[in-house]
Amino acid sequence: MASLKLPYLATAALSGALFGAGLYVSQMVDPLKVLRFLDFGAIPSGGWDPSLAFVIGPAIIVMFVAVQIGKRRSAPLFDTSFHEPQSKKIDGRLIGGAALFGIGWGMAGICPGPAISLIAFLPDNLWIFLVAMLAGSFAGSLVVPRAQRLAVAQ
Amino acid sequence: MESFTPLSAAIGGSLIGLAAAVLWLGNGRIAGISGIFGQLLPPAQTVVWRVVFLVALVAATFAAAKLFPGLGVGGDVAAQLVEAPAAWGVPTPVWLAIAGVLTGIGTRIGNGCTSGHGVCGLARLSLRSLVAVLVFFGVAIITVAVTGVV
Repeated sequence: MASLKLPYLATAALSGALFGAGLYVSQMVDPLKVLRFLDFGAIPSGGWDPSLAFVIGPAIIVMFVAVQIGKRRSAPLFDTSFHEPQSKKIDGRLIGGAALFGIGWGMAGICPGPAISLIAFLPDNLWIFLVAMLAGSFAGSLVVPRAQRLAVAQ
Repeated sequence: MESFTPLSAAIGGSLIGLAAAVLWLGNGRIAGISGIFGQLLPPAQTVVWRVVFLVALVAATFAAAKLFPGLGVGGDVAAQLVEAPAAWGVPTPVWLAIAGVLTGIGTRIGNGCTSGHGVCGLARLSLRSLVAVLVFFGVAIITVAVTGVV
Protein backbone atom coordinates (compact mmCIF):
# COMPACT_ATOMS: atom_id res chain seq x y z
CA MET A 1 0.00 0.00 0.00
CA ALA A 2 1.51 3.29 -1.17
CA SER A 3 0.20 5.23 1.78
CA LEU A 4 2.45 3.48 4.32
CA LYS A 5 5.76 3.99 2.49
CA LEU A 6 8.28 6.46 3.86
CA PRO A 7 8.42 8.95 0.93
CA TYR A 8 4.61 9.17 0.99
CA LEU A 9 4.49 9.85 4.72
CA ALA A 10 7.44 12.27 4.50
CA THR A 11 5.52 14.19 1.83
CA ALA A 12 2.48 14.36 4.11
CA ALA A 13 4.70 15.63 6.94
CA LEU A 14 6.36 18.27 4.72
CA SER A 15 2.98 19.47 3.47
CA GLY A 16 1.54 19.63 6.98
CA ALA A 17 4.58 21.54 8.22
CA LEU A 18 4.39 24.11 5.40
CA PHE A 19 0.67 24.48 6.06
CA GLY A 20 1.16 25.06 9.79
CA ALA A 21 3.94 27.58 9.22
CA GLY A 22 1.75 29.39 6.68
CA LEU A 23 -1.18 29.59 9.09
CA TYR A 24 1.02 31.18 11.77
CA VAL A 25 2.93 33.56 9.46
CA SER A 26 -0.29 34.76 7.78
CA GLN A 27 -1.99 35.05 11.23
CA MET A 28 -4.95 32.98 10.04
CA VAL A 29 -4.30 31.34 13.41
CA ASP A 30 -5.73 34.42 15.17
CA PRO A 31 -9.55 34.07 15.36
CA LEU A 32 -9.98 37.75 16.23
CA LYS A 33 -8.01 38.86 13.16
CA VAL A 34 -10.16 36.55 11.02
CA LEU A 35 -13.32 38.11 12.45
CA ARG A 36 -12.00 41.65 11.91
CA PHE A 37 -11.41 40.65 8.28
CA LEU A 38 -14.98 39.33 7.98
CA ASP A 39 -16.36 42.46 9.66
CA PHE A 40 -17.29 44.38 6.50
CA GLY A 41 -19.59 46.55 8.61
CA ALA A 42 -16.45 48.27 9.94
CA ILE A 43 -15.39 49.48 6.47
CA PRO A 44 -17.05 52.93 6.72
CA SER A 45 -15.45 53.62 10.12
CA GLY A 46 -11.97 52.52 8.97
CA GLY A 47 -11.92 49.63 11.47
CA TRP A 48 -11.78 46.91 8.83
CA ASP A 49 -8.58 44.83 8.67
CA PRO A 50 -8.23 43.59 5.06
CA SER A 51 -4.90 41.78 5.66
CA LEU A 52 -6.24 38.26 5.23
CA ALA A 53 -7.46 39.05 1.72
CA PHE A 54 -3.76 38.78 0.83
CA VAL A 55 -3.53 35.15 2.00
CA ILE A 56 -5.70 33.33 -0.50
CA GLY A 57 -4.41 34.93 -3.72
CA PRO A 58 -0.79 33.74 -3.47
CA ALA A 59 -1.99 30.36 -2.14
CA ILE A 60 -4.22 29.84 -5.20
CA ILE A 61 -1.49 30.96 -7.63
CA VAL A 62 1.07 28.49 -6.23
CA MET A 63 -1.46 25.64 -6.22
CA PHE A 64 -2.65 26.59 -9.74
CA VAL A 65 0.90 26.08 -11.05
CA ALA A 66 1.07 22.70 -9.29
CA VAL A 67 -2.24 21.63 -10.85
CA GLN A 68 -0.94 22.55 -14.32
CA ILE A 69 2.25 20.54 -13.73
CA GLY A 70 0.14 17.63 -12.52
CA LYS A 71 -1.91 17.65 -15.74
CA ARG A 72 1.22 16.73 -17.70
CA ARG A 73 1.89 13.72 -15.49
CA SER A 74 -0.06 10.48 -15.34
CA ALA A 75 0.43 10.07 -11.59
CA PRO A 76 1.84 11.87 -8.55
CA LEU A 77 5.36 10.94 -7.42
CA PHE A 78 4.40 8.54 -4.63
CA ASP A 79 1.00 7.10 -5.59
CA THR A 80 -0.54 5.46 -8.63
CA SER A 81 -3.10 8.17 -9.40
CA PHE A 82 -4.30 11.66 -8.53
CA HIS A 83 -7.28 11.57 -6.16
CA GLU A 84 -9.44 14.03 -8.10
CA PRO A 85 -12.62 15.07 -6.30
CA GLN A 86 -15.38 13.22 -8.19
CA SER A 87 -18.42 15.32 -7.51
CA LYS A 88 -19.28 18.01 -10.06
CA LYS A 89 -22.81 18.70 -8.91
CA ILE A 90 -23.84 22.05 -7.53
CA ASP A 91 -26.74 21.04 -5.33
CA GLY A 92 -28.52 21.82 -2.11
CA ARG A 93 -26.04 19.80 -0.10
CA LEU A 94 -23.10 21.85 -1.33
CA ILE A 95 -24.84 25.16 -0.75
CA GLY A 96 -26.46 24.16 2.55
CA GLY A 97 -23.17 22.75 3.86
CA ALA A 98 -21.25 25.87 2.85
CA ALA A 99 -23.92 28.06 4.51
CA LEU A 100 -23.74 26.12 7.80
CA PHE A 101 -19.97 26.35 7.74
CA GLY A 102 -20.26 30.10 7.05
CA ILE A 103 -22.36 30.56 10.19
CA GLY A 104 -19.83 28.62 12.29
CA TRP A 105 -16.91 30.54 10.79
CA GLY A 106 -18.60 33.88 11.41
CA MET A 107 -19.43 32.94 15.02
CA ALA A 108 -15.92 31.89 16.06
CA GLY A 109 -13.50 33.00 13.33
CA ILE A 110 -12.02 29.51 13.22
CA CYS A 111 -12.00 27.39 10.07
CA PRO A 112 -10.70 23.80 10.27
CA GLY A 113 -7.00 24.50 9.49
CA PRO A 114 -6.53 27.13 12.20
CA ALA A 115 -8.63 24.99 14.59
CA ILE A 116 -5.97 22.28 14.39
CA SER A 117 -2.97 24.64 14.36
CA LEU A 118 -4.23 26.38 17.53
CA ILE A 119 -3.43 23.12 19.40
CA ALA A 120 0.14 24.51 19.35
CA PHE A 121 -0.98 27.32 21.70
CA LEU A 122 -3.86 25.68 23.64
CA PRO A 123 -6.05 28.75 24.16
CA ASP A 124 -8.93 28.34 26.65
CA ASN A 125 -11.96 26.48 25.29
CA LEU A 126 -10.14 25.18 22.19
CA TRP A 127 -10.94 21.57 23.07
CA ILE A 128 -14.64 22.38 23.17
CA PHE A 129 -14.45 23.69 19.62
CA LEU A 130 -12.38 20.74 18.36
CA VAL A 131 -14.56 18.04 19.90
CA ALA A 132 -17.66 19.83 18.61
CA MET A 133 -16.13 20.06 15.13
CA LEU A 134 -15.28 16.35 15.07
CA ALA A 135 -18.75 15.45 16.33
CA GLY A 136 -20.30 17.73 13.71
CA SER A 137 -18.20 16.17 10.99
CA PHE A 138 -19.33 12.69 12.05
CA ALA A 139 -22.96 13.80 12.19
CA GLY A 140 -22.60 15.34 8.74
CA SER A 141 -21.18 12.09 7.37
CA LEU A 142 -24.48 10.37 8.18
CA VAL A 143 -26.15 12.71 5.67
CA VAL A 144 -23.65 11.90 2.92
CA PRO A 145 -24.74 8.90 0.78
CA ARG A 146 -22.94 5.69 1.71
CA ALA A 147 -21.37 5.06 -1.71
CA GLN A 148 -19.71 8.46 -1.72
CA ARG A 149 -18.65 8.05 1.90
CA LEU A 150 -16.73 4.91 1.04
CA ALA A 151 -15.18 6.49 -2.05
CA VAL A 152 -13.91 9.41 0.01
CA ALA A 153 -12.57 7.08 2.68
CA GLN A 154 -10.23 5.29 0.23
CA MET B 1 -2.86 50.92 10.58
CA GLU B 2 -0.66 48.73 12.75
CA SER B 3 -2.86 45.68 12.37
CA PHE B 4 -2.64 45.79 8.55
CA THR B 5 -0.15 43.04 7.61
CA PRO B 6 -0.36 42.35 3.86
CA LEU B 7 3.25 41.16 3.48
CA SER B 8 3.22 38.46 6.15
CA ALA B 9 -0.27 37.49 4.94
CA ALA B 10 1.04 37.00 1.39
CA ILE B 11 4.10 35.06 2.57
CA GLY B 12 1.91 32.85 4.75
CA GLY B 13 -0.49 32.35 1.86
CA SER B 14 2.39 31.28 -0.38
CA LEU B 15 3.45 28.71 2.22
CA ILE B 16 -0.11 27.36 2.35
CA GLY B 17 -0.15 27.14 -1.46
CA LEU B 18 3.19 25.35 -1.39
CA ALA B 19 1.81 22.89 1.17
CA ALA B 20 -1.12 22.13 -1.15
CA ALA B 21 1.24 21.81 -4.14
CA VAL B 22 3.53 19.35 -2.34
CA LEU B 23 0.65 17.12 -1.27
CA TRP B 24 -0.91 17.17 -4.75
CA LEU B 25 2.24 16.47 -6.80
CA GLY B 26 3.72 14.08 -4.23
CA ASN B 27 0.72 12.05 -3.11
CA GLY B 28 -2.09 13.16 -5.40
CA ARG B 29 -4.11 14.35 -2.43
CA ILE B 30 -6.11 17.54 -1.88
CA ALA B 31 -4.87 19.51 1.14
CA GLY B 32 -8.34 20.14 2.53
CA ILE B 33 -8.10 20.24 6.28
CA SER B 34 -11.76 19.46 6.98
CA GLY B 35 -11.42 16.33 4.84
CA ILE B 36 -8.12 15.27 6.37
CA PHE B 37 -9.49 15.84 9.88
CA GLY B 38 -12.97 14.46 9.24
CA GLN B 39 -11.64 11.19 7.81
CA LEU B 40 -10.04 10.25 11.12
CA LEU B 41 -13.29 8.52 12.09
CA PRO B 42 -14.90 5.42 10.52
CA PRO B 43 -15.22 4.43 7.71
CA ALA B 44 -11.83 6.05 7.13
CA GLN B 45 -9.21 3.73 5.65
CA THR B 46 -6.08 5.81 5.20
CA VAL B 47 -5.56 7.23 8.65
CA VAL B 48 -1.77 7.16 9.05
CA TRP B 49 -0.81 9.90 6.58
CA ARG B 50 -3.63 12.10 7.88
CA VAL B 51 -2.30 11.85 11.44
CA VAL B 52 1.26 12.52 10.21
CA PHE B 53 0.04 15.60 8.31
CA LEU B 54 -1.89 17.01 11.27
CA VAL B 55 0.91 16.39 13.80
CA ALA B 56 3.39 18.11 11.47
CA LEU B 57 0.95 21.01 11.05
CA VAL B 58 0.70 21.59 14.81
CA ALA B 59 4.47 21.16 15.34
CA ALA B 60 5.30 23.63 12.57
CA THR B 61 2.83 26.19 13.90
CA PHE B 62 4.55 25.91 17.28
CA ALA B 63 8.06 26.11 15.76
CA ALA B 64 7.20 29.09 13.53
CA ALA B 65 5.86 30.97 16.56
CA LYS B 66 9.12 30.29 18.45
CA LEU B 67 11.26 31.35 15.48
CA PHE B 68 9.29 34.49 14.55
CA PRO B 69 7.49 35.57 17.72
CA GLY B 70 7.05 39.14 16.50
CA LEU B 71 4.42 38.25 13.91
CA GLY B 72 1.56 38.18 16.38
CA VAL B 73 -0.78 35.72 18.03
CA GLY B 74 0.94 32.55 19.19
CA GLY B 75 4.25 34.44 19.35
CA ASP B 76 4.45 37.56 21.49
CA VAL B 77 0.67 37.72 21.84
CA ALA B 78 -1.22 34.92 23.57
CA ALA B 79 -3.78 33.14 21.42
CA GLN B 80 -7.37 33.42 22.55
CA LEU B 81 -10.76 32.46 21.19
CA VAL B 82 -13.71 34.84 21.00
CA GLU B 83 -16.09 35.54 23.85
CA ALA B 84 -19.76 35.06 23.14
CA PRO B 85 -21.36 38.48 22.47
CA ALA B 86 -23.01 39.59 25.73
CA ALA B 87 -26.26 40.57 24.05
CA TRP B 88 -26.97 36.95 23.10
CA GLY B 89 -26.93 35.71 26.69
CA VAL B 90 -25.11 32.49 25.78
CA PRO B 91 -22.09 31.26 27.76
CA THR B 92 -18.88 31.32 25.69
CA PRO B 93 -18.29 27.52 25.81
CA VAL B 94 -21.79 26.94 24.42
CA TRP B 95 -21.22 29.57 21.72
CA LEU B 96 -17.98 27.87 20.67
CA ALA B 97 -19.56 24.40 20.77
CA ILE B 98 -22.34 25.54 18.44
CA ALA B 99 -19.78 27.15 16.10
CA GLY B 100 -17.70 23.96 16.14
CA VAL B 101 -20.64 21.68 15.37
CA LEU B 102 -21.77 23.92 12.50
CA THR B 103 -18.23 24.01 11.11
CA GLY B 104 -17.96 20.21 11.30
CA ILE B 105 -21.37 19.46 9.79
CA GLY B 106 -21.13 22.17 7.15
CA THR B 107 -17.69 21.24 5.86
CA ARG B 108 -18.63 17.56 5.74
CA ILE B 109 -21.93 18.04 3.92
CA GLY B 110 -20.43 20.67 1.63
CA ASN B 111 -17.27 18.61 1.05
CA GLY B 112 -14.73 21.22 1.99
CA CYS B 113 -13.61 24.33 3.80
CA THR B 114 -11.37 27.33 3.24
CA SER B 115 -8.46 25.12 2.18
CA GLY B 116 -10.19 22.39 0.17
CA HIS B 117 -12.65 24.61 -1.72
CA GLY B 118 -10.91 27.95 -1.18
CA VAL B 119 -7.31 27.15 -2.11
CA CYS B 120 -7.34 23.78 -3.90
CA GLY B 121 -10.77 24.04 -5.54
CA LEU B 122 -10.30 27.54 -6.93
CA ALA B 123 -6.80 26.61 -8.16
CA ARG B 124 -8.39 23.66 -10.02
CA LEU B 125 -10.92 26.13 -11.50
CA SER B 126 -13.79 24.13 -9.97
CA LEU B 127 -17.12 25.89 -10.41
CA ARG B 128 -18.47 23.84 -7.49
CA SER B 129 -15.77 25.22 -5.21
CA LEU B 130 -16.37 28.77 -6.42
CA VAL B 131 -20.03 28.47 -5.44
CA ALA B 132 -19.10 27.02 -2.03
CA VAL B 133 -16.56 29.79 -1.38
CA LEU B 134 -19.00 32.56 -2.31
CA VAL B 135 -21.65 31.03 -0.04
CA PHE B 136 -19.49 30.47 3.04
CA PHE B 137 -17.75 33.82 2.71
CA GLY B 138 -21.02 35.64 2.24
CA VAL B 139 -22.74 33.85 5.11
CA ALA B 140 -19.73 34.39 7.40
CA ILE B 141 -19.75 38.14 6.68
CA ILE B 142 -23.49 38.30 7.39
CA THR B 143 -23.02 36.24 10.57
CA VAL B 144 -20.37 38.62 11.91
CA ALA B 145 -22.65 41.57 11.17
CA VAL B 146 -25.69 39.95 12.81
CA THR B 147 -23.97 38.55 15.91
CA GLY B 148 -21.76 41.54 16.59
CA VAL B 149 -19.05 39.15 17.75
CA VAL B 150 -16.31 41.74 17.11
